[in-house]
Amino acid sequence: MPASESQTATYRSINSNPCSMCMPMGGILPFKGIEDAMVIIHGSQGCSTYMRRHIAEHFNEPIDVGSSSLNEKGTIYGGAQNLFHALDNIRKVYQPRLIGILTSCLAETIGDDVEGIARDYLKQRRPEGVSLVAVPTPGYGGAHSEGYWMAVKSMVSHLALPTKNHGGVNIIAPNLSPADIREIKRILSLVDLRYTLLPDISDTLDRPIARTYTKIPPGGTSIEAIRRMPGATATIQFGLTVEEKLSPGCYLQSEFGVPLYNLPIPMGIEATDMFVSLLMELSGSSSVPQTLAMERGRLLDCMVDAHKYSAQGSAAVFGEPELVLAVTRTCAENGLYPAVLATGSKSNELEQLLSPIIAECPQKVHFLEETDFVRIRKACRESGANIAIGHSDGKYLTEKEGLPLVRLGFPIHDRVGGQRLLSTGYAGTTIFLDRVVNTILEKRHNDYRAAMYRKFYRKIREETALHGEVR
Amino acid sequence: MSLATPDGHLKKGCLVEEREASILIKGGQRKNQLRCDTDSIAGCVSQRACVYCGARVVLNPVTDAVHLVHGPIGCSSYTWDVRGSLSSESELYRNSFSTDLKENDIIFGGERKLARAIDELAERYNPPVVFVYATCVVGVIGDDLEAVCKKAASRHEIPVIPVQSSGFIGNKSAGYRAACDTLLRLIEPRSADCSSGKKHETKSVNYLGDFNLAGEAWIITEYLRQIGVEVNTVFTGDSKCGNIKKAAGASLNIVQCAGSMGYLARRMDEIYGIPFLRVSFLGVEDTSASLRSIAAFFKDLRMKRLAEELIQRESAAVKPQIDSYREKLRHKKAAIYVGGGFKAISLIKQFRELGIEVVMVGTQTGQEEDYRTLHDITDNGTVILDDANPSELERFMTEKGAHLLVGGVKERPLAYKLGVAFIDHNHDRKHPLSGYAGAVNFAREVQDTVCSPVWKYARGTGGGIYAGI
Repeated sequence: MPASESQTATYRSINSNPCSMCMPMGGILPFKGIEDAMVIIHGSQGCSTYMRRHIAEHFNEPIDVGSSSLNEKGTIYGGAQNLFHALDNIRKVYQPRLIGILTSCLAETIGDDVEGIARDYLKQRRPEGVSLVAVPTPGYGGAHSEGYWMAVKSMVSHLALPTKNHGGVNIIAPNLSPADIREIKRILSLVDLRYTLLPDISDTLDRPIARTYTKIPPGGTSIEAIRRMPGATATIQFGLTVEEKLSPGCYLQSEFGVPLYNLPIPMGIEATDMFVSLLMELSGSSSVPQTLAMERGRLLDCMVDAHKYSAQGSAAVFGEPELVLAVTRTCAENGLYPAVLATGSKSNELEQLLSPIIAECPQKVHFLEETDFVRIRKACRESGANIAIGHSDGKYLTEKEGLPLVRLGFPIHDRVGGQRLLSTGYAGTTIFLDRVVNTILEKRHNDYRAAMYRKFYRKIREETALHGEVR
Repeated sequence: MSLATPDGHLKKGCLVEEREASILIKGGQRKNQLRCDTDSIAGCVSQRACVYCGARVVLNPVTDAVHLVHGPIGCSSYTWDVRGSLSSESELYRNSFSTDLKENDIIFGGERKLARAIDELAERYNPPVVFVYATCVVGVIGDDLEAVCKKAASRHEIPVIPVQSSGFIGNKSAGYRAACDTLLRLIEPRSADCSSGKKHETKSVNYLGDFNLAGEAWIITEYLRQIGVEVNTVFTGDSKCGNIKKAAGASLNIVQCAGSMGYLARRMDEIYGIPFLRVSFLGVEDTSASLRSIAAFFKDLRMKRLAEELIQRESAAVKPQIDSYREKLRHKKAAIYVGGGFKAISLIKQFRELGIEVVMVGTQTGQEEDYRTLHDITDNGTVILDDANPSELERFMTEKGAHLLVGGVKERPLAYKLGVAFIDHNHDRKHPLSGYAGAVNFAREVQDTVCSPVWKYARGTGGGIYAGI
């Protein structure tokens, strides 16, 4: 007898239709938010190309990523020569001031000491004004989310220098859309605070049509600003689910004593309140800027207007742990309770952080980590989820289970505008909530005539037929 | 600043010197040799993928197979259902299975996990064949794929075939060969009823190098049926394990994407004595010529007549539309950067049909023969390049004043940022570009992108080339 999906759901020999990507993929993204930076994957040619394709499709931006193009020789005798070569050529063509070197499964398995190779390179070539940041991101070491955080942490640990307190604030962002990052910057601009936002993809991965094309897009966090992060008054990190060893905020706290405020992504009323009130506190302001107060009021108005529709949703939320947490909190505070919570990453923190929300849900919640879409699909079916929220691969749930998908996160490869999806802050949450609620309404309006017919009318007809009273 | 000197010589100062041998200007060099089919140069931001990618794109359209990637999760993730290959039946190929190797598997070996994964998939889906793709790490940690697959095959009584596609063992072309070797292992020796004596009477062909993107193989199969040719097996669009097994029964192999399938055609000629013909169904000119050459091969007067009738009928049907597009597109300049040689060659002809001049043409995996043809059919001054990168594409498109680029997903945003119109000639497109219907789609797409009003507005704020102006 063929085994059903339920029998194999916890079997770990196989991942069917992945809900995550690999570490170096996640590692590329933050480097794209650094000024004058390039990034190289130390591995075979395919890694960088696959990742470039995925990222380019999401942002609709040119994504240039170098590769050390490891071949058989490099694999047997070590890839140092290939990596030197790659660094030389990348410098020649792109003239970057910072080069991130991400490892791949191949580089890690053959045991290349990338940190050491990078040091040797700097010693031998003495490139002026070029920093190298090596990041260990073996493809088997975790999912892309871990790669993202590993890269951000490595930037900080490589670049940060002891700095006297300069009164600014560090803001460390997870993998959000450029529109989300822009919104966070806008909120910061309403408060009297100097800040360093790391990374900052708001312009680099959503660049306007401009007069001259530059190979490295303008914008991004400046390298000098990263060096000065230890002099900040505080670090605000939107990374509750991040393990300590991957946490840039924890690093700045333990190495340089910068107090860390680890917050959820400012999405939803509670989380945005937390962010805004912390900004008030840090800037010494007594009242919330009028613009934000108005936006908060409008979000509340939206929540109230929509609450009965929200209540009809039963959500399957999937994606990177930090985003799953933010979306789940936002949904729950609107009475839109989750049915399935899933991530491709392994994250003990996520389960713990979700548990108070799960406890308050009226129905059983399926929590899945290190999971795939075959398992998510099965959980959706069992739980009766009626809306999916997550990245484009959730289209599988639409196709197989008829679940409408609200696209959010990374990657969005089957629609335009992934880079413009806005969900942070009071204003962004309002837009997000509209997207979700309208999806529920659309499905309901499409289905309700047939549903009511099936539920009530056909019964009358069948009973009539049964009693032989056919007209 | 012009790239070429007045006599057409390539000006020095190409961004990376080692790349110069892979770029030439038609009419500028004494030697027409272009370096190609070599490993990509480190740090040159090649647009190529890897051996695994080559193997996966060729095999994935086999619809009823389990495609199991033995490696860490990424390789499987990046290839899940990304191709627009259509199926008339099984949907199994649209799943992406991975052994999802973790650190411990790398240390202790992945063989047992692989065996369990095959067992589970065989039980769950009951497939007629399992393809097991090797990824980079598998080639390094020394898992014996052959042995694991052999044992699994005997346990489940189905072919379980390893695909030797570790990413570092060569370039994308090596992946094509690995896929062809896998297919060869599936093909069964010819049965008695199609022995060589009867070969030409059956008039059946295998159609190699069509992946049934948006139903393209269906379009061509129908043309062939109309002229009295039966398609035995398509490699690999909408094919099933059972079709592939009986591929040796055909009397002719017609080969479209020769870059990926030329090797299979040559091997089948050696092993089964099946001759092959190169064809192309991109554009009106190539489609008609291909139908004629197939009919000529069979030396069948009725077939020749039917082919002429079909060519006449279909060409006439699309001519008015294509003519109307040509009116708007004449004298525009196109740049081409695609995967293989056959596509590039066909595109040049298609652009000619539309009155468009090709100013740059390059491929990821073109072979020497392809580049000789490209050199022969391009105009003087055309830039020809192998394994290009974004910087070179940017430079040559700008210097040559290209109005549009044909390419894949990665090239699209670059073109748009430069104000260059763009044609998607990639694997995940949703519209056919083959045959007469495809020729109209192509012309329409060129018009839609080149003549869009958006460029008028974009020109106001940007530099670049800006198509349609």
